[in-house]
Amino acid sequence: MKNLQKLLNADKITIARTITAVENSTDTKILEEIFSHTGNAYHIGITGPPGSGKSTLVNAIAKKLLKDDRKIGIIAVDPTSPFSGGALLGDRIRMNDLALHENVFIRSMATRGSLGGLAKKTKDVALVLDAAGMDFILIETVGVGQVELDIAEVCDTTVVALVPESGDSIQAMKTGLLEVADIVIINKSDREGSDILMMELKFAFDLRDKKIEWNYPILKTIATENVGIQELVSEIKSHRKYLIKSRQFEEKRKNNFSKKIHELIEENVRFHLKKNIISQSELNLLLEKTYQRKSNPYKIATEIYQKLLNGGKFDN
Amino acid sequence: MKKKIRVLVGKPGLDGHDRGAKVVAAALRDAGIEVIYTGLHQTSESIVEAAIQEDVDVIGLSILSGAHMTLFPRIIELLKEKNAEDILVIGGGIIPEEDIEKLYKMGVKKIFTPGTPTGTIIEFIKKVIK
Ligand SMILES: Nc1nc2c(ncn2[C@@H]2O[C@H](COP(=O)(O)OP(=O)(O)O)[C@@H](O)[C@H]2O)c(=O)[nH]1
Ligand SMILES: [Mg+2]
Repeated sequence: MKNLQKLLNADKITIARTITAVENSTDTKILEEIFSHTGNAYHIGITGPPGSGKSTLVNAIAKKLLKDDRKIGIIAVDPTSPFSGGALLGDRIRMNDLALHENVFIRSMATRGSLGGLAKKTKDVALVLDAAGMDFILIETVGVGQVELDIAEVCDTTVVALVPESGDSIQAMKTGLLEVADIVIINKSDREGSDILMMELKFAFDLRDKKIEWNYPILKTIATENVGIQELVSEIKSHRKYLIKSRQFEEKRKNNFSKKIHELIEENVRFHLKKNIISQSELNLLLEKTYQRKSNPYKIATEIYQKLLNGGKFDN
Repeated sequence: MKKKIRVLVGKPGLDGHDRGAKVVAAALRDAGIEVIYTGLHQTSESIVEAAIQEDVDVIGLSILSGAHMTLFPRIIELLKEKNAEDILVIGGGIIPEEDIEKLYKMGVKKIFTPGTPTGTIIEFIKKVIK
């Protein structure tokens, strides 16, 4: 990478173009090169239903963190339209206070529809921001599906933002959103119903594992008026301390590396399998045989695996 | 993998109508483009900074306030200052014919006058970005 030094110096054009390169390619060269310069950034995930105030919260949290003279990277993920492949990314509208701040870099990302690919891409983009010296990386995603839960996995602290509107807590439990929450906030608590939601959430959290020493705080916020944001930032900092003290910080990151390694191996094997070991037409023949019960999936898998181990040659 | 076209749609200046900008933004999305919408009342500085961080191919500005002869040149100047002059600038709004010529000379790539079908804008963007 010819601009590595510029990236490390947080030159904004270089960060932006490196992210584009990483986002549009499956090549891992850049990531390999920058990796030794990463590991410093603390990752905070903000997730929750559409319109719950995530972007407004990110803006408010970032402003608080900036007071400690920190560098902040923001990744705001919004869905790609499944029909056109385009996307309307509007999170910056709520982050105008930060647009010109020297120590802030904001990037909007579209999900681009690839199953499981989003979480991977988001991690890669976060890695670029990490290399550029960001102290905190805030990742905003719409909390509705499995993908967002995957993203939570790379975040050190995940904040789930709900609103008092009816049904939010039940929906959040159903989709598994609460399971990934380290901190839950009731945003828009200027609206009616925040006390009821608080009760429901407390009840839900009471059922959680009591042995864990983190108390899963539930906080009320009004993001548009900066109410409760200081408390939220303090809880994020406490959570960080807790993770480090309990060694979960290290453990989680090692787990993520392990996942990454396996993911990449599997990807390569799958590619190699298709390209060099068994062509689609060969496979089709075997499928036909299987359909006629002249062969079976178990035998075929074993044979193909053997061929893989033999460097592409069948045993017999 | 084919690179996605990314376009920033913004409204610099003080006028308060963003209906036109929103219609264009939605049409671009429906044409498979990733649109970064920055909202109303943007300064030229914040538009350029956003365009750089988002690494867009095109900045599309909607200007109805009559301030086009100051806003467009300012944005082009800022892009140059930041070594990002490869980002194309296009615009829409009520802009008189003689000003359009001047703006093209300053480096604005294309001006679309009111009533231009969104299809024409999409076609233009897809043609210049390859
Ligand atoms: N009343 C009220 N409105 C809020 C609050 N936080 C955000 N909003 C508004 O809710 C809308 C959606 O906010 P946004 O941050 O874009 O939500 P997101 O879709 O979750 O990112 C905007 O109009 C915000 O101004 C809050 O605490 N109280
Ligand atoms: Mg948002």
